[in-house]
Order: sequence, then C-alpha cells, then structure tokens
Amino acid sequence: MKKKNGSSLLGGDWLASIGASFISIIIGLLFGFLFLIVLSLINSDGEGFRSIFSTAWKYGFKQILMGGFYLPPISLGQEIAAAAPLILTGLSVGFAFKTGLFNIGAAGQYTLGAFGALFCAIVLGLPWWACLIGATLFGALWGAIPGIFKAYLNIHEVITSIMFNWIGLYAVNTIMYGGGSGVMYDSSKTKVWDLRSLFPASVIPNLGLATFFKNRSTTIAIFLAIIIAIIIYIIIDKTTFGYELKACGYNKSAARYAGISEKKNIVLSMIIAGALAGFGAGLYYLSGIAEWKPLDSTALPAIGFNGIAVALLASSNPIGTIFSALFISHITTGGSLMNSQYFPPEIADIISGIIIYLCAFSLLFKQLLMKRGSQRHSAELLDSTLKEPPHIDSLVPESDIPESGEASGKGDDY
Amino acid sequence: MLLAKYTLLYSVVLMLVALGGAFTEHSGVINIALEGTMTIGGLVGVLALVVLPPETSAFMIILVSVLAAGLAGIVYTSLLAFASVNLKADQTIGGTALNLLATALAVVIVRRFNSGTQSAKLTYNNEPFLFNIGGLTVNIFLFIGIALLIIAIIVMYKTRFGLRLRACGEHPQAADSVGINVYKMRWWGVLISGFLGGIGGFAYIVPAVQTWNFEVGVAGMGFLALAVMIFGQWKPGRIFFAAMFFAVFKSMANIADSTFLAALEWPKEVYNMMPFIASMIILAFTSKKSRAPKAEGIPYDKSGR
Repeated sequence: MKKKNGSSLLGGDWLASIGASFISIIIGLLFGFLFLIVLSLINSDGEGFRSIFSTAWKYGFKQILMGGFYLPPISLGQEIAAAAPLILTGLSVGFAFKTGLFNIGAAGQYTLGAFGALFCAIVLGLPWWACLIGATLFGALWGAIPGIFKAYLNIHEVITSIMFNWIGLYAVNTIMYGGGSGVMYDSSKTKVWDLRSLFPASVIPNLGLATFFKNRSTTIAIFLAIIIAIIIYIIIDKTTFGYELKACGYNKSAARYAGISEKKNIVLSMIIAGALAGFGAGLYYLSGIAEWKPLDSTALPAIGFNGIAVALLASSNPIGTIFSALFISHITTGGSLMNSQYFPPEIADIISGIIIYLCAFSLLFKQLLMKRGSQRHSAELLDSTLKEPPHIDSLVPESDIPESGEASGKGDDY
Repeated sequence: MLLAKYTLLYSVVLMLVALGGAFTEHSGVINIALEGTMTIGGLVGVLALVVLPPETSAFMIILVSVLAAGLAGIVYTSLLAFASVNLKADQTIGGTALNLLATALAVVIVRRFNSGTQSAKLTYNNEPFLFNIGGLTVNIFLFIGIALLIIAIIVMYKTRFGLRLRACGEHPQAADSVGINVYKMRWWGVLISGFLGGIGGFAYIVPAVQTWNFEVGVAGMGFLALAVMIFGQWKPGRIFFAAMFFAVFKSMANIADSTFLAALEWPKEVYNMMPFIASMIILAFTSKKSRAPKAEGIPYDKSGR
C-alpha cells in the first residue's frame, strides 16, 4: 500500500486508464453504427449500399455523435440536466469501487432518494435544499443495509443490493400510489404531483439557465453535482478518512492490522455511496425533469445502472466521473433525437450496454496499453501502476496479487 | 384454482432459470445475467411463434419455438462465458452489462419488427401451449420443466461431467491438476444456464398472456430466480421447493385484487416484496454455513496455479 502521489490529479496510470476508456467508447460507438446500418438495411427496398449508409448516418449516427449539440440550445440543456443525476450515481458506484465494494444497488438507493425528495416536497412542503437533504438521507439508509449485511454477516453486497433494489422499488411504488388515493399521487395524470406547478419552492432554482437553454428543467443541479464530485475527490484522495476507506478496499486484513476498523468503514462506505445516489435522484426529480409513475415503474430506474457505466469509464475517479457522465448523457440525448421513424432511441442504451461490457475487461486494454507504453519510454508509469492496483481488482476484497487479477475471495460468502 | 394455475406457471419458470444459474455457479462463474438471458430467450421464442405459419402443427410450433428460445439463450450467454472465462473479466460487471443490453436489444428488435407502429409489444397465440386437465389449465412447460429437473439432478450428481463441473467451482486448481479443462467446464456451466434461462424466459412470457411489452424485459423475474437459487442453496432438489415457495408469493401478487386475498386489502406489491425479504432473512441466518461454490467469481488463471 502506497499513498497516491499528491502531484498527479488522476493517479499514476491515468494515461492508460483514459486510453482504455477511449477504446471501450470507440468500440461501443462502432457497434452502435453497425446496428444502425443493419436496421436501415432491413428497412431498405433494395437500395444501394451508399444510400443505406447515408440513412444510418443522417437519421441516426450523426445525432448520437452530436448529442445535445444537434438541436441547441434546447437539447443541450436537456443533456446537461440529464448529466447531473448521472454524475451522482456514477460517483456512488465509483466511490464504492474505490473502497472495494460493488454498489449495484445505486438504482435502489436512487429510487429511495426519489421517494425522499418527493415526500419532503409534497407532504412536508419543504424548500428545495431541504428536499435534497431528505433525498440524501433516504438514499443513505438504503445504502447502509447492504453495508451492514456485508460487515456483520459477511453476505456479499451485490446480492443484498439486488434484493433491496426490488424491495425498495415495490415499497416506493406502494406508498406513492397508496391504493390510488395516496397523498403524493395525482390520479388524473396517473403520476406523482407535478412539483413545478404546485410546489415551486421545492424546485431547484435555475438562475436564468432555463431561459438561456430554453429548457425549463435545466437548473443549477449540474453545478451542485460538480461541487459534490470535487468534495468526493478531496475526501478520497486528500483525507485520512478517505485513505482508511480505500485501505479497506485494497486489503481488508492489512487494514485491520493497521488498526482500521474495517466493519465500520464498510458500512460508512455504503452509506456514503447510498447518499450520493439518493442526492442524484433529488437532482433529477427536484429539477422537474419527469414525475414518478408508480404504476408504470415496474423496472428499476436506468440512471442507477448507467452510473455503473459512468464509474467504469472514469476508472472511479471523481473528476473523471463528470466527463464520463456528460458523455453517457450525450449519447442518450443523441439517441432521443434520432429520427424515430427510422431508428428506436434505445440504440443509445445498446451502446452504453456494450461500453459496460467492454469495461468489464478494460483491465485487458489497460495492460495492453501499458505494455506498449513501457516499451517506449514510461517504465516509471508501469512501476507506479504496479504499486497502485487498477480499480477493477479492488472489486474482489483481500486480493493478494492484484496485478494478475487473481484473488482469493474466501472472505465473501453469500 | 387461479392460485394453483399461477403457482404452477411461475414455479416452473423460477426452477428452470435457477437451475441454470446453479450450473453456472457450480462451475465457478457468478451469473447475474439471468434476467437478460430470460429476456433474449423470451424474445426469440416469441418471435419464432409469431413468424411460424398458423397452419403448423402444435407439436412443431412448441418444438421450434422452445428450441429457438433455448438456442438464443445459449448464444447470448456465450458473451458472458467469453468475457469471464477467456478474458478473465469481472463477472459481475459483465453480467450487469448483459442485463442492460438485453432489454435495449429486445426493444430495438421488437420496434423494428413492428415497423408501422413502433410499438415494443408483440402479440402471439399461446393456445398450443395450454392444456386443460380436470378444469385446471396447465401449460406444456410443466412437463418440460419436470423432465429438465430430473435430467439436471442426474447430470449434476450422477455423472462424471457433473462431478467435474462442481470441482471447477470448488477448487479449480485441484481440478486442473488432475487433467480437467477448467475453461471448458466453465463454458459448459455458462451455456447450460443460457439454454435453461432462455427456455425459462419463454415459459414466463407465453403461457400467461397473449401480448408482451418488451420494455420491461422480464420484470425482475431473473433476479427472483437468483434469489431462488440462493434460497435453494445451489442444490437442484432444494431449488425445486424454493421455486414453489416463491411462486406462491408471486401468484398471490397476481390475484391480490380479485380473489379471497382482496379482503385483506394488501397492495400486490407487498406480495411481490415477500420473496426478496424471505431470501434476505434466510441469507442472514445461513451465511455462516453457506453452500455457495467456493471459487465462484474468481477468474481462473492457469498461470497462477
């Protein structure tokens, strides 16, 4: 264990990490383009390849590449508004990665956060900042549960998180719907009450951003998200507390030997991760991007799972998370701008799915890049990387030989 | 009667998918991609059902669509096998990616299929799959499921293949040292779950309704199967009972508004929640003597022996 060199913002192996992310992004985008070509091939009536290619480009891929810049300023505002909650769920997953935990429960914590925010706004009538705190507390509560199960009962956090994702979703839907007569439920619209018209004090202020982007859901949420990202960066990299949390992630036994209470830290890590996801939900629903639909929400919110893609692309770096969230939001916004007569917007989900899949073996890309780099000039880079194991390895706690991806997971029973 | 019908339907689905999961995990690979496998299997099976000409005999319809669902599952899980066995990627992330990808793929394909309306729904005829025995409607998957359960128990405990598979999940280094190809066995483990998961997804969608909206994938059924597998402690026999137990709750959620349960006035979500809560309680009490395969989740590296 060696503490990160304070001089470098992104850590020792940042070049290889960024390179690996770019490889994943490029392959993901290529597959997306391929899909568009196949779809327009199916649609075509025996046209030449040139016209098929240009359909795929003109009505689909161009929009994905341009994202919010395709129809500025409205779609740009949309992209920024959607990026803010993504930054937070990305931070949630990334923070847990840094401390050796896989927070697949971000979706559930996000759901609870949405409930917290809307409860504070509609039932208690609190101002927006208090609603955000409410969202954070509910998210933290749902994050604490897998942490407690992991620390005191040795049950893997992935399993607990998956179970509690669904428990949370069903619970939130039940309470919000309230048999059709719930306080929070607007039965005429089959949604939760619209905050903007009924509780304007609970909506996050936009300070003129809404007028600038001609999009009323573009609020200061994006700045709040960036501030949180910077705070998390400082906690993880600059404080003793963050160092202790990371130490537990790299090697639980060594951390315990050094006098760090690993049980307390596991629970704390999950509480913080949950709080971040809950805050993200607050940013989404208090910006009035959409209202929760208790009857239609039979699947967990996608923003929670996209947080995994965001965190992986950023190698869990909090500052990198800002950019990777903007990227995911960019292609999702682009997907919604495609000509739906030709292409379904879910193409963007396929691309981010492929990117997550590729991120699963981004370590491989990283090693490849590292090999080439060290052959040329940066033996120093490789050296620092070996001392600082890539984040992927920290998924398996108690890893003895992080470089090879080999680890003994004996501490983790279901 | 309605309760019995739904319980039979869901228990077969949960059992098939959980059995698939158990095979994967016994080979040493964590499989949280069950949800995605079910979605893809269900999608391809339903597509086969829609495409087949209506004059095809019932037997052929069942044979072709079920096999299509199983094969689609196999093809899809080969992505998980490739990533987690050959590339030694993180199995949990790979599985998550496949879950997300499956729903997106299914929606895109169905929307394309309905090119006029852009709807994500498919409508099909499920009559060939249903039988009426003494007033109780049962579906063909009940028989397929029982047959596959018996085969699964025999394969896992009575054959050399099953023994070798389990060895790879418990101690791959030892298995390798006696000449078992760990990579090959893990591929088998993953692909078996693809076959069973694909059929399971099809069995979930087809018998109950005649229209399916693919935007919801299989609505968490794959994750419920994951819970069944844990509840059943990775053993086929126990998985059978766990599936029955969970299916009762799931069915109660379905009929909560209409039958004797309506008197309780519990929202159906409460019943939906119960299986997940039950498996957490069981996990909490059994975590000390868990029967999970020991080497599960750790990529096997021959050079690290």
